Amino acid sequence: MDSHALLAELPRLRRYARALVGDRAGADDLVQDTLERAWLRAGQWRPGSDLRAWLFGIMHNLRIDQLRRSGPVQLSLDEEEHDVATRATQGDALEVMALDRALAGLPEEQRAVLLLVAVEEMSYADIAVALGIPVGTVMSRLSRGRERLRQALEGRGAATPLRVVI
Amino acid sequence: MSAIPVNENELHAYVDGALTAARRAEVEAHLATHADDAARVAAWSTQKQALRALCNPVLEEPLPERLLAAAAPAAGRRGGFLSRWSLERIAATLFVAVLGGVAGWLGHARYQPAPLAVQTVPLPRQAAVAHVVFSPDVRRPVEVRAEQEDQLVTWLSKRLGTPVRPPRLGALGYELIGGRLLPGNSGPVAQFMYHDASGQRLTLYVSTENATHRDTAFRFAQEGPVNVFYWVDGTFGYALSAGIPKGELAKVATAVYDQLENKPDNPNPDRK
Repeated sequence: MDSHALLAELPRLRRYARALVGDRAGADDLVQDTLERAWLRAGQWRPGSDLRAWLFGIMHNLRIDQLRRSGPVQLSLDEEEHDVATRATQGDALEVMALDRALAGLPEEQRAVLLLVAVEEMSYADIAVALGIPVGTVMSRLSRGRERLRQALEGRGAATPLRVVI
Repeated sequence: MSAIPVNENELHAYVDGALTAARRAEVEAHLATHADDAARVAAWSTQKQALRALCNPVLEEPLPERLLAAAAPAAGRRGGFLSRWSLERIAATLFVAVLGGVAGWLGHARYQPAPLAVQTVPLPRQAAVAHVVFSPDVRRPVEVRAEQEDQLVTWLSKRLGTPVRPPRLGALGYELIGGRLLPGNSGPVAQFMYHDASGQRLTLYVSTENATHRDTAFRFAQEGPVNVFYWVDGTFGYALSAGIPKGELAKVATAVYDQLENKPDNPNPDRK
């Protein structure tokens, strides 16, 4: 494992953490903890194996620990906290806010799978390894997450009539 | 029409492009005749694009310094010597001290003389922090290794604006590992690192920021597990740090002091 490879994964780790955790400073804390643990365990990474899946797995475990402890929220001295949130710039801002809220409203285990599938475009098998769950569980969480999100957005009558291009 | 019934998982796999071409065609045939499934698949695909649009802007953000630093195999991380929180605390202390210095300077300029020297980070504290940050680093304890000592000396002398050279401590069992450049209170400082046969590390911190200070005798400070001997000689401030007993460190400090005093290029050998 070298720092260049790690650096290359950094934007994706941040993207996932931001959507999973919600706030910027908390998400970056999680990414930082992930990088630190990755270095501590660098010996466990097998060269040639998928670094991204390994890192997402580390992040997942840290997040689980975090949620278990679930102590008082730590206030972070993040000087960037006051930056304008950079979220989607295209499309209807209300749509984006609705999606953001609906995503945040999902149980975290469903949100995690949905993000790994839709945003990180990981294979179901890789997700199962990263999260340490059977593929069947990946599928059921994906299914429940997608349906919940669909209903939440359709409930508002706000589904964007995009043409499906696959 | 598909011979094998299409199940829920396959609808997801269709959206995610995880089907074989043959099965994909069969699912498409299924969707053509099952409006409910087709509507769900369409909604999921829309959702997938919307989620990417929602999350992707994070990729364009500049990466925060702290994450860039954490991605590099740097200080204190490998041995688990310092946690993130303790490093942050040290950084915060330094930051507050620097802010104090700036505020003191501004106050000095505008209103009244301010105790600037008191508010900058004291030499032994700077040296001890630099010691605990870099000495546990297994992979990259120094920027330039002792094998390139000439380059190290040239580089550090140039950056500090005055000749600096690592003393030889082989007689005491300490060999040079190398050195690095660090930020001091107002400019660059140098750190030389040594180790003995057992791997015990020792750092010599060399600052050239002491224009207003007078020479001092040896002084001793303890910063947590690190013992520090320090002294000021003209513009130079020296601090020798290690996690070894005071008596042993004193012997090394004496040797360093003697060598530095007798250095041939000392611009003012009579000064005492």
